[in-house]
Amino acid sequence: MAALTILYFARVAETMGRSSEALDRPHGVKTLGDLADWIEKNGGNLGDRAKLRGAIDQRMATLDTALGDAHEVAFFPPVTGG
Amino acid sequence: MIRVQRQDFDPGAELAALEASGAGAVASFTGLVRPDDGVTALTLDHYPGMTEAALTGLADEARDRWPLTALTLIHRVGRLEAGARIVFVGTASSHRAAALEACAFLIDRLKTDAPFWKREHLAGEDRWVEAKGTDDAAAEKWR
Repeated sequence: MAALTILYFARVAETMGRSSEALDRPHGVKTLGDLADWIEKNGGNLGDRAKLRGAIDQRMATLDTALGDAHEVAFFPPVTGG
Repeated sequence: MIRVQRQDFDPGAELAALEASGAGAVASFTGLVRPDDGVTALTLDHYPGMTEAALTGLADEARDRWPLTALTLIHRVGRLEAGARIVFVGTASSHRAAALEACAFLIDRLKTDAPFWKREHLAGEDRWVEAKGTDDAAAEKWR
């Protein structure tokens, strides 16, 4: 399985207790939402799912977006710049 | 021109650079830290790499939609005190409508599409700023 870097930002980094990790993509994980489920089954806390956003290879994505051959995935709350 | 930086910027110098592009019209927006509800400072967190890519994507989309002669996007990160400048959007075009519309498009979409997060500092408390539904609505009208 391909190596995957996962980044966490803002409140999601706080609930996860870390800002990044690397892992081999788990079997059966096809979408960003599948990966969120897997992380939480393995003890992670991504917080309120309604306020969970993400990116795949530095492009905004939704939880139903397929991971494809992604190398870098990120989870974060809705953005508040500007 | 796109910059993500910790240091302050000079809006006057940025406007002069836009004027030098030879356009007939320059529009700009400067966003500042609002001292609402006892907020003394903000810390701007971001996603290095993706931030620049997202801003570049918005700039490309603005150039596709309006005939711009120049475009400047500056967003600061790190700790910013009340009253400090956060963001600068500047656009130059032959005519006012394109400059004004592109400027509004860029700041509206930046608020929903670029990976920045604000944390507010108050006396004795820190808190993440919550995203506003009105920002989504403002960005949506450009889609």
